[in-house]
Amino acid sequence: MTEIRSEPFVVNIGPQHPSTHGVFRVKVTVDGERIVDAEMVMGYLHRSIEKLAEERTYTQNIPFTDRTDYLSSMSNNLGYCLAVEKLAGIEVPPRGNAIRVIMAELQRLASHCMAIGAFANDTGAWQTPVMWTFREREKILDLFEMTSGARLTCNYMRIGGVAFDLPKEFEPACRKLLATFPSFIDELHGLLSENEIFIARTRGIAVITPEQAINASLSGPMLRGSGVAWDIRKADPYCGYEQYDFDIPVGYNGDSYDRFIVRLEEMRQSVRIIEQALDGLPGGPYRTEVPLALRPPKGEAYARVEGPRGELGYYVVSDGGPAPFRFHIRPPSFINLSLLKEMTVGGTVADAIVALGSVDIVVGEIDR
Amino acid sequence: MSGAPFLATEHWWDLRDLSNISREILEFLDRVGPDWLAYVVSPLIGFVAAFLLFVLPSQLFVGVYGERRLIGRMQSRLGPNRVGKFGLLQPIADAIKLIQKEAITPRGADKWVMWTAPVVFVAPAVLVWAVIPFGPNMVIADIPVGLVYFLAITALPVLAAFMAGWSGNNKYSLFGAMRVVAMAISYEVALVLGLLGVVLFTSTMSLQAIVEWQREHDIWLVFLQPLAFVIYFISASAELNRTPTDIAEAESEIVAGYLTEYSGMKWGLFYGMDIGYALAAAAFGSTVFLGGWSLFGLEEWVPPWLILVAKTHLFYFVFIWTRGTLPRLRIDQLMALAWKYMLPLAAINLLVVAAERLWWHEAGLGDGIVYLFAAANIALALLLVVGWARVLGYRPERVPTRPRLVKHVGGYVAPGAETGGGR
Repeated sequence: MTEIRSEPFVVNIGPQHPSTHGVFRVKVTVDGERIVDAEMVMGYLHRSIEKLAEERTYTQNIPFTDRTDYLSSMSNNLGYCLAVEKLAGIEVPPRGNAIRVIMAELQRLASHCMAIGAFANDTGAWQTPVMWTFREREKILDLFEMTSGARLTCNYMRIGGVAFDLPKEFEPACRKLLATFPSFIDELHGLLSENEIFIARTRGIAVITPEQAINASLSGPMLRGSGVAWDIRKADPYCGYEQYDFDIPVGYNGDSYDRFIVRLEEMRQSVRIIEQALDGLPGGPYRTEVPLALRPPKGEAYARVEGPRGELGYYVVSDGGPAPFRFHIRPPSFINLSLLKEMTVGGTVADAIVALGSVDIVVGEIDR
Repeated sequence: MSGAPFLATEHWWDLRDLSNISREILEFLDRVGPDWLAYVVSPLIGFVAAFLLFVLPSQLFVGVYGERRLIGRMQSRLGPNRVGKFGLLQPIADAIKLIQKEAITPRGADKWVMWTAPVVFVAPAVLVWAVIPFGPNMVIADIPVGLVYFLAITALPVLAAFMAGWSGNNKYSLFGAMRVVAMAISYEVALVLGLLGVVLFTSTMSLQAIVEWQREHDIWLVFLQPLAFVIYFISASAELNRTPTDIAEAESEIVAGYLTEYSGMKWGLFYGMDIGYALAAAAFGSTVFLGGWSLFGLEEWVPPWLILVAKTHLFYFVFIWTRGTLPRLRIDQLMALAWKYMLPLAAINLLVVAAERLWWHEAGLGDGIVYLFAAANIALALLLVVGWARVLGYRPERVPTRPRLVKHVGGYVAPGAETGGGR
């Protein structure tokens, strides 16, 4: 009997593939179903946002930040505005801060809805969880539309506050949403967290040890899933997060399932924060007036927020002119993705898809 | 088939027994035509009756429209509702669109294999219906080994799927093809072993006789053989590539599996006949396990073929339901399910059935004993499923489904450490 010759072959997962969440490509070398090597190929969505931002004024750059991580535009607006405020030494009135917190947490809910739905889709739950999470996400986007006029790329935060005050109908609508949201999270908990097949597919898949996570500078649910208690909202509070009472969910052993349950629990905590912020919503101005052509003094500033995907940092350098001299984004999903090879090699193709889904990438943010 | 007297008369217009019409036609042909004519026409009548009058409309309106509509409801959306009243013409519009589309054959593909694969896939889907009994006289071919015939015919589409995956010259297709073959081999074993329990109990392989047996004993085999039914359902959905076991065309992993390179009506044939096979599996399942065309005496009043159609569609609904609810298993987990769980359980089931059957006939017990067997087997099935899973290390209570809550930031929170967070 002759030996059957077999050799590993290369499969391109992406750039056009149902599960790469955008135009992202993983070049995997497989031996049968086992992955022996994985190489990430990025840059299909590069729009040169960081360079473009050097040509525009500080205010004009806010819409660009919408388009980096298009699933959490509010958080991106916030990070950028915080960086410029730090640079120019601008104070934000308390009402502005509270509105920012509400919006950032609503954005976290919407973004986690998307993340969980897409992740469930990656495990093969044929569209049902993703439709359910989109249904709830729509309600949040309705709130965004009510306040900012846009649903996805909101462009709502301004340097010194927010663009508009909350409309009269916002608070009842938001409270209505908050009243129904925990039951929806319970529904997802029953549909996915306690589903045997879902557990079998995600538990023990793409394990990241705490050491690995810290060495790779991971952040957000990826880091917390590995059992490391770290949250910018508590470690380096901004916008008055120190006055709200919430907990940091941490996982057990850093697998895909842990990252999923951490996201689910974060949604519960976000609901808590929004409730507190709505209850204590201060009056007064919602914005400090700043000149449209802002010229911050020479210097540099780095501001970070806890975005839905992790530490979202904006680094702005001013040379005293109306446009930033240097504009840099620290995108959480780009850095979270850096462990993809470690997460996928040794697993099967199906595991690789689950691993990629558990990172919760937004390609617009990776390529910028 | 002679059984208890039926209310159905022998008039051709009596819709309770459609075999009357075919008998009238054949007798007429015998009178006016040559001898061989009736032999040629009778399979055609069977084909028209089973396939064109039942399967094709079911495929279109239950398989395509009903499935999309129901799954739409499960996903809190509307589903197709634009073409025709309530969107009822959607499947026809789909078919027209598919026929118009170009059926692309990629360069480097094995053209002949790629073009024959859909044909090889469709032919068994038609043949399968030959042995399904729709009523006491309504079965195209009541052969004594109908059960084996069904299993043999339904093993054929695997070949077509492999041909499709191999010929496309696409790595994803190849993945799908390999997965199809691996799955079919694994699940066929458990499926046959499970069905063997039914054969042992009824001591026949003719589907018509199995229905008659269930009618005589006034019990469905699903109660007598719950484990076999579960094994049949899982194996069937695995062989049919339906979620949660649709790894051969797993969309999120390997794009469309063996169908990746197919387009137009070539793809349409695969899609349509996938539904056809699912319907056949549902009809077979309801015949073997759910009493077929009988419904505890009601079949004398209601047309028996309507009862079978209703049962088939109810069975098919469960396929739709699982598709709308469950995630997909990985290939090695599916293999483990087949070899580590279902095969041993099927073997144990067979042992139990053999013992019961032997005791029943040796001791000369009456027919009433089957109810006792049913109760015992249901309890045993539950016990076996849970027990066997725990023997193989299934411990759901050790899986925490909620994360720990921490009050303050810090480094790594070791397992069992004080977290300070409340719930």
